[in-house]
Amino acid sequence: MAANSSEVPRPGSRTGGPLDLLVNWIADLGGAAMDWIAGLGNMARFSLRTVGWMFARLPRKETLLPNFYQIGVLSLPVVALTGTFIGMVLVVQSYVQFRNLHMEAKLGAVINMSLVRELGPVLAATMLAGRVGSAMAAELGTMRVTEQIDALVTMGANPIQYLVVPRFLGCLLLIPALTVMADFMGVAGALFYAVGLLGIDWHHYIENSRHFVGNFDLFAGVFKSLFFGAAIALIACYRGFHCDPGAEGVGRAATAAFVYSFVMILLLDLVLGIGLDGLYFTLWPEAPKLL
Amino acid sequence: MVNVAVSPVNSSAPPIHLDHVSVSFGRQQVLRDIDLTIARGQTLAIIGESGCGKTVLLKTIIGLLRPTRGAVYFDGRNLAKLGERELTRQRIRFGFLFQQAALFDSMTIAQNIAFSLRQHTHKPMQEIREIVSSRLAEVGLPEDILVKKPAELSGGMRKRVGLARALALEPEIMLYDEPTTGLDPIMSDVINELILGARQHHPVTSIVVTHDMRTAQKVADRVVMLYPLARLDAEDSQMIYDGPADRIEEAADPRVSQFVRGEAGGRLMEMRQQNGHAR
Repeated sequence: MAANSSEVPRPGSRTGGPLDLLVNWIADLGGAAMDWIAGLGNMARFSLRTVGWMFARLPRKETLLPNFYQIGVLSLPVVALTGTFIGMVLVVQSYVQFRNLHMEAKLGAVINMSLVRELGPVLAATMLAGRVGSAMAAELGTMRVTEQIDALVTMGANPIQYLVVPRFLGCLLLIPALTVMADFMGVAGALFYAVGLLGIDWHHYIENSRHFVGNFDLFAGVFKSLFFGAAIALIACYRGFHCDPGAEGVGRAATAAFVYSFVMILLLDLVLGIGLDGLYFTLWPEAPKLL
Repeated sequence: MVNVAVSPVNSSAPPIHLDHVSVSFGRQQVLRDIDLTIARGQTLAIIGESGCGKTVLLKTIIGLLRPTRGAVYFDGRNLAKLGERELTRQRIRFGFLFQQAALFDSMTIAQNIAFSLRQHTHKPMQEIREIVSSRLAEVGLPEDILVKKPAELSGGMRKRVGLARALALEPEIMLYDEPTTGLDPIMSDVINELILGARQHHPVTSIVVTHDMRTAQKVADRVVMLYPLARLDAEDSQMIYDGPADRIEEAADPRVSQFVRGEAGGRLMEMRQQNGHAR
């Protein structure tokens, strides 16, 4: 190394000059971009195959029901509990500002609106991604690492149809129910805190909510949740299927499943939120306003 | 359905034929130009040191891995050309015993053994239960483990359950991936006898991947030895022995006799030099 340091690297030569660093940096960037695009393509193919198998042949009841139980029934308590808390927190956060404006009675409208349109679906989806998504990635990852997925194939079962479709259907069909539960418990929690503890007038709180929050808002929240559910299942199963060997690989698959699902939930929420808002104001230009 | 008339199953063709198969993962080549025909009813042992591509070869035969070059023929038909449905139909003619048994953790032992029976036959539950019990008895396991989960069993028991599961549909071809690895000598010999026993009911073509010479010599009538590509020159054949099991000890090739006798030779020094410790 000492001998080399006296030589001046020529620009563009392969000796580590500034231009070389730039070239390497661009090559790395290009490589990463190619990997990313290839991953996206694989993910899309995986999703298409899942949907294809879903329509080709429905899984048997005995493979569907345990998944439905795991995804729906066992997620219900945690979704209900977090929903209640988030409803109450919203009241705590906004009460002082609204009281300063002497608009406490309008609190119900704002809080219930944000609950059914945004927080209910996103909260239910986040809980599902954390509780079910990472568990699915870890389970399928372990099955990949211990050759159980290969064993399925050799025994003439299609792993997508046998493992992915039931999980996908479970998330897709049950996340609306979880969303409604989060909505309901959030609304109830907020009502309890605002009316029961802070003493806001019951009649005005309810009337304002009813006037401002319509069926479309409820629909928008539940509609968005379908996309969240599909994204959680597909990302988790894909991560599990393409798990790196060893315990470390399984751990990484589980973490990645949650992180990617969460980012995807928020991204979808933004895109769908903009789309649904556009639809709403096209259908009903004379929408009720807060003030 | 026209296909059936055009390409009937050719029973005179050898059941398995590997036509100049090469398999690579990225830039790393694992198998190179393997040309191998396995006759009906034959028991072939594929031996070789770790990392020489034995398991890859086994997985390529059943279509879990696709050859990068060449093709695998089963009953005269190219596996890569079969549709998904047909491939499934061909696969259930195979039984595969995995190295770590690969039992489904979420299912009981009974559900594991019954899996392909329930997946591919319309037999009533009672009959399936009887088949499961008799398979379990064949491998010498008690009935009371049927309700247990795989995690509650020892390694030897898991291997035997894996064997019972692989034999459930009475396959024509059995593939064994290191059947005795990680077992004590007595249990290893039990597995050897079970491999021999699997042939007694009906004619089974078997391929046993192993690095246990006792297994190879006891169960096989033909032995093929693979050598790691990293230790070969570009023009060398990867198959360094192909012949009867009882003649392998007389093989002239020093690489074969080194493996048969289990001698390190200069290997440790060589590995140290490769890693740069001996500079």
